[in-house]
Amino acid sequence: MAEATTRPTTTPPRQSFDAAKVIGQFAPLLFLIALVIFFTLQNERFLSPLNVFNILRQVSITGVIALGMTFVILTGGIDLSVGSVLAISGMVAAIVFKGTNQNTLSLDTTEAVGLGLGTAAVAALVVGTLVGLIQGLVITKMGIPAFVVTLGGLTIWRGATLILSNGGPISGFTEDYRYWGQGIIELPFLTPERGLPIGIPIPVIIFLGFALLVHIVLRYTQYGRHIYAVGGNPEAARLSGLNVQLLTISVYVIVGFFSGLAGFMLSARLNSSEAVAGMGYELTVIAAVVIGGTSLFGGEGGISGTVIGALLIGVLINGLALLNVQSYVQQIIVGVIIILAVAFDRFIKSRQQT
Amino acid sequence: MFMSPLIELKNISKHFPGVQALDDISLEIASGEIHGLLGENGAGKSTLIKILAGAHRPDGGTIELDGQPVHIENPHKAQELGIVTIYQEFNLVPQLTIAENVFIGREPRRGIFMSWGQMAAQTRALTDRLGIPLDPMTLVRDLSVAEQQMVEIARALSMKSRLIIMDEPTSALSEKEVVQLFKIMRDLREQGLSMIFITHRLEEVMETCDRITVLRDGQNAGKANVSDVTVQDIIRMMVGRPVDDLYRGEHSRPTGGETVLEVRNLRRKINRYDPHAIVLHDVSLKVRRGEILGIAGLVGAGRTEIARVIFGADPIESGEIVIEGQEAQIRSPQDAIRYGIGLVPEDRKQQALFLALAVRENMSIAALPDLLMPGGFIRAREESQLIDEYQRMLNIRMASPEQHVSNLSGGNQQKVVIARWMALQPKLLIVDEPTRGIDVGAKAEVHALLHDMAAKGIAIIMISSELPEILGMSDRIVTVREGRVTGVVNREDADEETLMKLMTLGAIAEPVE
Repeated sequence: MAEATTRPTTTPPRQSFDAAKVIGQFAPLLFLIALVIFFTLQNERFLSPLNVFNILRQVSITGVIALGMTFVILTGGIDLSVGSVLAISGMVAAIVFKGTNQNTLSLDTTEAVGLGLGTAAVAALVVGTLVGLIQGLVITKMGIPAFVVTLGGLTIWRGATLILSNGGPISGFTEDYRYWGQGIIELPFLTPERGLPIGIPIPVIIFLGFALLVHIVLRYTQYGRHIYAVGGNPEAARLSGLNVQLLTISVYVIVGFFSGLAGFMLSARLNSSEAVAGMGYELTVIAAVVIGGTSLFGGEGGISGTVIGALLIGVLINGLALLNVQSYVQQIIVGVIIILAVAFDRFIKSRQQT
Repeated sequence: MFMSPLIELKNISKHFPGVQALDDISLEIASGEIHGLLGENGAGKSTLIKILAGAHRPDGGTIELDGQPVHIENPHKAQELGIVTIYQEFNLVPQLTIAENVFIGREPRRGIFMSWGQMAAQTRALTDRLGIPLDPMTLVRDLSVAEQQMVEIARALSMKSRLIIMDEPTSALSEKEVVQLFKIMRDLREQGLSMIFITHRLEEVMETCDRITVLRDGQNAGKANVSDVTVQDIIRMMVGRPVDDLYRGEHSRPTGGETVLEVRNLRRKINRYDPHAIVLHDVSLKVRRGEILGIAGLVGAGRTEIARVIFGADPIESGEIVIEGQEAQIRSPQDAIRYGIGLVPEDRKQQALFLALAVRENMSIAALPDLLMPGGFIRAREESQLIDEYQRMLNIRMASPEQHVSNLSGGNQQKVVIARWMALQPKLLIVDEPTRGIDVGAKAEVHALLHDMAAKGIAIIMISSELPEILGMSDRIVTVREGRVTGVVNREDADEETLMKLMTLGAIAEPVE
């Protein structure tokens, strides 16, 4: 052992792979930058502050859910119920706020006799979290695949939302409620465009704030490490002393919490809780996570990728609209880009492994 | 003796980004020979057989079959030429029958339908040729590892192969099954087939091979007729220096330390979902501080299961686990770790490593609770110090802690797993096949490490299929057979014959019906 201790870190094997690795890590970002440059060249209004904040506002609701979905997918799981959980959470917030489940289409808020804004917001978060807990328990304790449980959840929570609201929307909130979806923090140094003051939308602040928080959790805490370990190799994680069941439940709780938050934000933004809100969001959310480089098999990926993935989808939709591309064609292009982005990621990774 | 070369590889080289995997390699296989391809992990054996299998294409050099130059562009072409590779991880579909697996993709047909009768008959003919009685309609998932391997060989034969490449075929087999495999290999040789045999067990090379080719660092390090060399000669070719003793057999440790673990009448719960699960009957054993207790038994005897129930990985039905005189309640690996027990499982890749993660995460995972600040944040500097310390102590060869653990050699991966537990300073470390699939040099290092740990007072339970390893390392040896302990032998009284008897014929406590 004596000679061994005198020579640490010898024979660095395969170090030149790092270049490919770096490109691999930043592949989604490079893709995003390329798209931004392309759209800016097509239409200079694309990079105007108003449009940039518009894009950010558009992605912030699905983006918030995608933060939670990243945890789920990192463990090798999936949650298809997020759109329905969003709807039920937003609906509960509206009922708590207005103190009634009468369908109202009027935006008149004078008769609100509910429990106040704070209680309404907390109710949305609690509902989302509870739903996540239930689904997590069924997945782990009963051993039913997450795909099946959350596919069931997708229709169960939608149905429950429709029952709660008698099928219709509940609309018309106060200004401080709407602030959480429509408000901005004004940036006085920017000149107003078309008479509108420019500022950072509140949903964007919520999205990016939570993104930073969960990024730190995943990167720098034991909990984050454990999430990667469970996704990478559940059996090895168990034999290393991790509580795999508890960790698995926790990721469904997290995605539930974020779906609840998104439900409240969307309700505030639309000034209405719709029973049909968030339909199809699961696909956008999963696409954002996957485009961001998180492996559907678990154990690889991260929040920075997810944020980039969410932005990429937002930029694409907004840019195509500015170019007056027909919305049907937009859908085709978005689908193709999703596949291309993931194919590029796979290609880079397969190059690393040879 | 070997007149006609079947296949000849000349000056083969292969470069991967950052590595010269093969450099001017030559290899010649005669018709009707068993050729040993040897070398430490990372020497280039896998790359070479992947070139023969059509999975990689060489950068330079030529391949001649029957004296004619050939290009093996893809796996399909390799099959056409009669070259079949049996990898360590089998390419079988567990849900299909033996016959379907043998003829997968080439099913005999009648019209548009599969001809089951013909397929079964042809499969039966092949298994008869191998001398193994298997029903062609059995599902592959119901077969033992050895039987699955026979299915792979049957498939190779069905493709009219001329060269069968076997990548460590014996690593998962019991001694008895190995003997059977060798018999089959000799029969096939009589029938004119050639085989390339890759193994880490040099006794097996001496027993079966006609000639050997040794690779080292991607270059030819020697060729020989097996009848002209000794095991020591081969080791010298492989490592480039003489290795005097595979097992550092010095035992200066004090014996008679206090008992760390005692297991009494342990029974493993029968798993109703898995009828093949091995049952443990009333297993009792003791390990003392600073002692290496070897557990010897054939594959399927219940060795691994004993380790898993002690570690809480499988539930027990009845019995007691006593740690330092106190009865312990172990229901999960977490409990076992709390009592100071670590487990290095038998299958590194499936059960121990996080292959997508770096060395850092792999090494510190179990020790993280000691490296935390409030809020669950990891103290990065202390973690790096820990990794640095164990990297040096175990001489782990890696570029940096951020290197993917999948890029390390088998030996270095195993050291990372051992370091994971050493960092917890366990009272008892259970190591299951600690040197499986790692090269000779790393093997000696792992052995030295286990001796060092024992010298520091850690109790060690070592499970191994290799009797020389058991004999060379253990202070005491427990033999198991069919889920029962059949003997406890002190090191002084043990030899291969005694152990083999206990493992195969050992007295079984319960009356035989």
